[in-house]
Amino acid sequence: MPEPMQTKEPFRFHTRLHLSELTGLKASNLKQLLEIIKTAPGSSIYHHTHRFLQQHMYLSPEPPNDFAYWVTNVLGEKELGERLASIDTIEFLTIRDLRNKIADIIQGYLAANPSAGLRFAGEGEQFYFVKSVSFVIPTNYVAHNLREFADALNMITMDSIYFHIFEARLRLEKKTNDFSLWVETSLGDKELARSISRLDPYTRTLDNLRKTLIGLVTRHIKD
Amino acid sequence: MANIEEYIPLVGQAVIDDLRLLAGRLKGKVIQHINSTSVGGGVAEILNRMIPLLGQLGIDSRWDVIKGGEQFFEVTKKFHNALHGKNTDIRKEDFEIFLETSRKNIEGLNTYGDIVFVHDPQPVALVNKRGANKWIWRCHVDISKPDKRVWEFLMDFIIRYDAAVFSAPSFTHRLAIRQFLISPSIDPLSDKNRELPQEVIDSVLKKYGIKKDKPVITQISRFDRLKDPLGVIQAYRQVKKRIDCQLVLAGGGAADDPEGLQVLEEVRDEACRDNDIHVLLMPQNDMEVNAIQRASDVIVQKSLKEGFGLTVTEALWKAKPVVASSVGGIPLQITNKYSGLLCHSVDGAAFAIKQLLNSPAYARKLGENGREHIRNNFLITRHIKDYMLLFLALYHEEDIIYL
Repeated sequence: MPEPMQTKEPFRFHTRLHLSELTGLKASNLKQLLEIIKTAPGSSIYHHTHRFLQQHMYLSPEPPNDFAYWVTNVLGEKELGERLASIDTIEFLTIRDLRNKIADIIQGYLAANPSAGLRFAGEGEQFYFVKSVSFVIPTNYVAHNLREFADALNMITMDSIYFHIFEARLRLEKKTNDFSLWVETSLGDKELARSISRLDPYTRTLDNLRKTLIGLVTRHIKD
Repeated sequence: MANIEEYIPLVGQAVIDDLRLLAGRLKGKVIQHINSTSVGGGVAEILNRMIPLLGQLGIDSRWDVIKGGEQFFEVTKKFHNALHGKNTDIRKEDFEIFLETSRKNIEGLNTYGDIVFVHDPQPVALVNKRGANKWIWRCHVDISKPDKRVWEFLMDFIIRYDAAVFSAPSFTHRLAIRQFLISPSIDPLSDKNRELPQEVIDSVLKKYGIKKDKPVITQISRFDRLKDPLGVIQAYRQVKKRIDCQLVLAGGGAADDPEGLQVLEEVRDEACRDNDIHVLLMPQNDMEVNAIQRASDVIVQKSLKEGFGLTVTEALWKAKPVVASSVGGIPLQITNKYSGLLCHSVDGAAFAIKQLLNSPAYARKLGENGREHIRNNFLITRHIKDYMLLFLALYHEEDIIYL
């Protein structure tokens, strides 16, 4: 078997651990929710659109965001809940854009359905805004070529995959995920970079995402 | 005491690797926990397990307990009830007693930690002697609707901390200090949660005169009105009309809870005419509690208020079907009809218990889902990780921290 191509820069895998910080902000109805969404810290919008991904990493292939869940299950606004759950998060490159989209949907719904603004959450069922504090830590896994990269993908934690795929792209505003970025800029392999960035990670469990990534890379090595 | 390596089969190697990585960043820091009792209650239980594990990870954690007489603990019990929103007769002298004992503790207790981690309201005033070190106030109580007078009294101390920690988002208030959300946890290797041989379970049932000839419904908790043991008896009586079953109400007492014996007597009075109700006072016998949970068909936690509800965590970890009130931290653990059944009343609890007893396959599925949810989110390894992140967060203001 030929030696795999060495990269200009090795890929250092990082992991990301998170702590939830309470903001003290809470909403009892749609109007309050909308106002707070417009002004809450970006880390809070990120938290409520990504929390489910990690808490239920093995279970649900379609993790809803917290806004959709609350609007549906507490306020009983199923149509709005469905619209919020259907936001194609992968299309957004910044938290700011994602926040605007969520706010636009709620604002539009309130304009078309003024009575929806009159529904209140019961005691203890309000929407509590939480934000994510992320701790990014380098791991001992380093890949100098695609084979080492595939091996490391098998070994790293879900948190590490999560960091390079979700957090790097949207929260650190790198426009694409870290894996595609490295494969393209360091290996010069645009085809594999594109295949990885084309994956929609929001409609898979993290477990499935890991397997799919490993499959893509190992097939590419064989070809 | 378990070795940190023994958790690997339960949570995976990667989780333990992360803990070591974080512990390395805290080398040299002394963490000082302070609470009001070394035995009984959830706080003491968690600290007893957590401190040795932190030590194995290389973190110097120590634990000190404040001193307080009978009067002081009567007052703090009143505070506890008032913070839960219960109508409580609190007098001016009560605040004076609290302040007087606090003053003695401030004089007598050395707060040497680089990070001083104060648990619950009893030692809250110690912060008055803070120096350049970091101070955290950890609230284990449901303060979603606190008595205003007590809350404002405590607030004078709370705002002097660097950060506060709560167990559920609904406990949050607008505060001038940072607030973090950290759920408590259970230790899967403790006597209360480890796997038990059937003969051990059988011997405990025999000791307490519980026969497995009819389904067992159990509530494990301190004898406390906020745990609503009398409500559990009412629910059991409704179930009993349709399904012949038995009820176990079992729990210990905490050293800082003087009201417990009175509630126990009320429960005994209520239960005395029914041989199928077993009221068991089991002070600090974790293995026996474990056995009774494992022998139960349905576990109930019908609390009126709840900090987090670790008895629910314990029951779910044992893959038991659980019926619990939708209060405090319980909805974080139970997604209704997915990992258990939530209720809001005696009638609702009775109906849910009947459903589970009559549909064993459904009950089994709820229990299995519950166990996986606990494995991923509420074991001690996740708790240790969160605490280490909290300690590190005290030295950083930003939302994305590169270590």
